Amino acid sequence: MDLFEYQARDLFAKHGVPVLAGEVIDTPEGARAATERLGGKSVVKAQVKVGGRGKAGGVKLASSPDEAVARATDILGMDIKGHTVHKVMIAETAPEILEEYYVSYLLDRTNRTFLAMASVQGGMDIEEVAEKTPEALAKVPVDSNEGVSIEKAREIVAQAKFPAEVAEKVAEVLVTLWKTFVAEDALLVEVNPLAKVASGDILALDGKVSLDANADFRQPEHEALEDKDAADPLEAAAKAKNLNYVKLDGEVGIIGNGAGLVMSTLDVVAYAGEAHGGVKPANFLDIGGGASAQVMADGLEIILGDPAVKSVFVNVFGGITACDEVANGIVQALQLLADKGEEVTKPLVVRLDGNNADLGRKILSDANHPLVQRVDTMDGAADKAAELAAAK
Amino acid sequence: MAIFLNKDSKVIVQGMTGATGMKHTKLMLADGTNIVGGVNPRKAGTSVEIDGTEIPVFGSVAEAMEKTGANVSVLFVPPAFAKAAVVEAIDAEIPLAVVITEGIAVHDSAAFWAYAKSKGNKTRIIGPNCPGLITPGQSNAGIIPGDITKPGRIGLVSKSGTLTYQMMYELRDIGFSSAVGIGGDPVIGTTHIDALAAFEADPDTDLIVMIGEIGGDAEERAADFIKANVTKPVVGYVAGFTAPEGKTMGHAGAIVSGSSGTAAAKKEALEAAGVKVGKTPTETAKLARALLAG
Repeated sequence: MDLFEYQARDLFAKHGVPVLAGEVIDTPEGARAATERLGGKSVVKAQVKVGGRGKAGGVKLASSPDEAVARATDILGMDIKGHTVHKVMIAETAPEILEEYYVSYLLDRTNRTFLAMASVQGGMDIEEVAEKTPEALAKVPVDSNEGVSIEKAREIVAQAKFPAEVAEKVAEVLVTLWKTFVAEDALLVEVNPLAKVASGDILALDGKVSLDANADFRQPEHEALEDKDAADPLEAAAKAKNLNYVKLDGEVGIIGNGAGLVMSTLDVVAYAGEAHGGVKPANFLDIGGGASAQVMADGLEIILGDPAVKSVFVNVFGGITACDEVANGIVQALQLLADKGEEVTKPLVVRLDGNNADLGRKILSDANHPLVQRVDTMDGAADKAAELAAAK
Repeated sequence: MAIFLNKDSKVIVQGMTGATGMKHTKLMLADGTNIVGGVNPRKAGTSVEIDGTEIPVFGSVAEAMEKTGANVSVLFVPPAFAKAAVVEAIDAEIPLAVVITEGIAVHDSAAFWAYAKSKGNKTRIIGPNCPGLITPGQSNAGIIPGDITKPGRIGLVSKSGTLTYQMMYELRDIGFSSAVGIGGDPVIGTTHIDALAAFEADPDTDLIVMIGEIGGDAEERAADFIKANVTKPVVGYVAGFTAPEGKTMGHAGAIVSGSSGTAAAKKEALEAAGVKVGKTPTETAKLARALLAG
């Protein structure tokens, strides 16, 4: 989960990374009190999970509480690269900035280790630095079990060639930033820019944090950081039912078991769609292993509730899961929906293979539901589902 | 021969006494796996009867190894306790630890991988978040259904569980030497490259099928490895061509960020290394058939 800047700022502050004061508001009027608390001046910063907001006009200086309200009025509701601004951060104005640096910790998948990245060329897109002046970006592996002590931090600082007068302060920031990374189970913590200001202090002026959802069991406070406004309503409904669902922009609803098989199903449907007017998959939905009738019903309900869906493809390979259970699930799911008074009008194409496939296919044939068609190969079923979606 | 697992493998199960552990221990036994014990410190000294087989429960991996000669551990330990369980397996220096557990935090898997490395990688780790591995007709360490396929001469390595099953099913008449599910997490122990190297060296494997998916650069690195080191024919499949940028597709590792990790880039890299890449699992199976038929 990627966080907003203000959430990253809060986590940095919690673990001792030096930041400026700031608070988040969602109405223009809130900017007044917040700016007054900061002594009458502030920076109004759009909170969006996308880069380049400064250039888009999403960061403005306000020299009075009235001006802060005016700037917040401008920025709230603004569209930045497809992201609507729902919140702004009212931040303390930074002292004069002398230099801008970059520091981050992240996972290096290739080497299966954590990595510290640091550069004295901060304040700009770090990917650009990595591309144009790779020698200006130090990459130092960090052993997960050893972590970042002050000695390790000094090594990172030395490799990135920070000026001597800031070296120790930057090293201290690197230690606190590592604390943030570990204590919050983050996948990424990034400070850009890390600024040297006129007083000589080092301050984290903007940052990114991405958290690991697999660590939620020991991070109870992370749930509150979720951006419930931004979630697609179908994704939110699916999440409430513990379904692994991602909304896409096509017409063929997809249900399958296993992440890899469902991803593959999306591809196969997209290929099949090329011959049927370019129809595409409408979603990713993995019902996992051993799906019960209830899980199938929940999944079908979400997918049938998507107005963009014109046909549904249920693609199941019975591994541990038995296909007869899946077939019963489909039949019961349709019955559950009918009992709830929800009229199902979209055709379903079902492909069952693997464990007890014959039994499962027989159950579907016997049920003889007018909207359910059986096709026994993955490619054939994808083609049928695409054809039905195109015909609607 | 096969790779990593054979009829002589002596398997213990960490987390055997839990519901998932029991269910799959039973299935592994049915596939002929030589299960010699379970590990649970709270139930040490007891035993569990599964389908007429009495399986002793030991207090630690080290004790189980000492008393049974176990050389493989399969882990069904819940995510919160998985790191400690893997570290225990590493400390006992068991040659193979198969981590089935799904949903392990990255800081935990990075920690046990770093630990394994610091101990000289004496324990091969497969997973986490994987279906395990099977050498059909000999032994099954994990949750791959044993009845999909039969022994044969194809080696399979895959990031995805259900795609492993799908591919084994498509090629069930030919059969497999070994099939290894390496898992789709950001940090995994055994990689495509490790399995490719083992299959290349395995006299019982004639052709290798490699299944990848979006995220990371493991497939690209595997392509480089194949180009330089693999003489056997390799057929590939990559899932996730239609996955949008920035969305996690089920597996924690299956996310495309920026320009890296796309299915198209992986397919291109594999093809440049001489790997035939199928557009769908079925087409991939056809490519494998054609190559084996010569």
